[in-house]
Amino acid sequence: MTRYYTEDHEWIEVEGDVATVGITDHAQSQLGDLVFVEVPKPGTELKKGGEAAVVESVKAASDVFSPVGGRVIEGNQTIEGDPAMVNSDPEGAGWFFRLTIADPAELDGLMDGAAYAELLAGIG
Amino acid sequence: MPETDAIVDADSVGEPAELPLDGWHRARGARMVPFAGYAMPLQYAGPHGGIIAEHDWTRTSASLFDVSHMGQILIEGEGATAALERLLPADLAALKLGHIRYSLLLDEHGGIRDDLLVTKLTAGVDRFSLVVNGATKADDFDYLRADLPRTVSLTMLQGVALLALQGPAAAAVLGDMIPGISPKLGFMRSVMRDWRGYRLNIGRSGYTGEDGFEISLSVAGAAAFADALLADERVRPAGLGARDSLRLEAGLPLYGHDLDRTTDPVSAGLAFAISKRRRAEGGYPGVARISQALAEGPARRLVGLLVEGRMPAREGAPVFAGPVAVGRATSGAFSPTLGRPIALANVESAHCAPGTFLELEVRGRRLAAEVVPLPFVPHRYHRAGASA
Repeated sequence: MTRYYTEDHEWIEVEGDVATVGITDHAQSQLGDLVFVEVPKPGTELKKGGEAAVVESVKAASDVFSPVGGRVIEGNQTIEGDPAMVNSDPEGAGWFFRLTIADPAELDGLMDGAAYAELLAGIG
Repeated sequence: MPETDAIVDADSVGEPAELPLDGWHRARGARMVPFAGYAMPLQYAGPHGGIIAEHDWTRTSASLFDVSHMGQILIEGEGATAALERLLPADLAALKLGHIRYSLLLDEHGGIRDDLLVTKLTAGVDRFSLVVNGATKADDFDYLRADLPRTVSLTMLQGVALLALQGPAAAAVLGDMIPGISPKLGFMRSVMRDWRGYRLNIGRSGYTGEDGFEISLSVAGAAAFADALLADERVRPAGLGARDSLRLEAGLPLYGHDLDRTTDPVSAGLAFAISKRRRAEGGYPGVARISQALAEGPARRLVGLLVEGRMPAREGAPVFAGPVAVGRATSGAFSPTLGRPIALANVESAHCAPGTFLELEVRGRRLAAEVVPLPFVPHRYHRAGASA
């Protein structure tokens, strides 16, 4: 299992040709208290960098983009019922969706954990 | 995942100015965002931080807000009362010492240039203070200066902070710090007090729907006063995010969102700000349009919408009655108190009766919404004469 990160603060964990996607702890802390989450339905075709999910905090809406292209296997229904779970466990039980990766080459250029930590350090 | 804070204004240019308590906020883990030209605390870090926790604490105990971005303008001199009445629809001639009125700065068409609080500072003398919105304070000052006669002096106060202590415990907290103040002072009354050598101008007012105070004092004493308030365990700091969700639940319009120059006071639900004598006598800007709206009812109104489901509708969302577009949302958020989304919307008057079912369009989807009376959450102001 390998975990990668995007500059938009999504994480993607890859196991074979299946990946799980969520938002990072930094992302949830910037958004603040989440009150609404919408995840993609199974069968949805996503493009790399395309809109995949929506999160709303008390004040604002944001999009979650898919780090790679592929077909959605499952959206996390639990976080739709309990959006605060994304605040409390963003990189675990607060995952957003799973998909089958269309083109593994699209993983190239995503950051590993060390590179993402460096990006966060730069944000301060 | 781009960050989008709906209350942060996109049109502020250049580096935001620092609040007097900027370092104080940062030391408490505040997340600072640009608003009204200032870096403002959106919310605080820590176990009690976050918009929902800060909002809930304000409704159950007391929160300290820094609203020093707002403009404090002193107006004094012979003829100031009459001159101000040419610009505001309030009955300033009848305003008593220490009384505060909510009023509106109107343009010649009856459009709202700003909303403000005006306080009568001295009995028998033409002397008032205005508290105006931060984003509009420079324009307000220029507009006032251009209209007021030379006998009237106009001063934008510098070196003063404005702190708001809001919530059901606010009076007890302030009463413990400044004995004798709270039970006597009613809502929309102000008083001067000294605290550790600093002069405090304390008004029983605020913009959260809760009992509370807005306290003006010199920047030199502001951090010590804020620290003294926070030393009371009933008080926690709260940011701009909670202030916005609180004022929306209280049905209080926010300038630049629910109010602007395209809106007249009657459409905005602010007809109460036009005093009885002024309705009869006129003599304020836009009197023709406003009198007509008062007599015949406005074409559009600001209404409260209770939104079905959990997905919030934000400012700008179109409002539909069946297939017909009848308005737009001017503010929208998730209500922490009600646990569901709420919105203010500017809607054609035919669709404004409480109980009317409308729809809001969000990301191409229609959300059911019901027109409800404002406020969404009842006000708990301390009325003069009411028991403490």
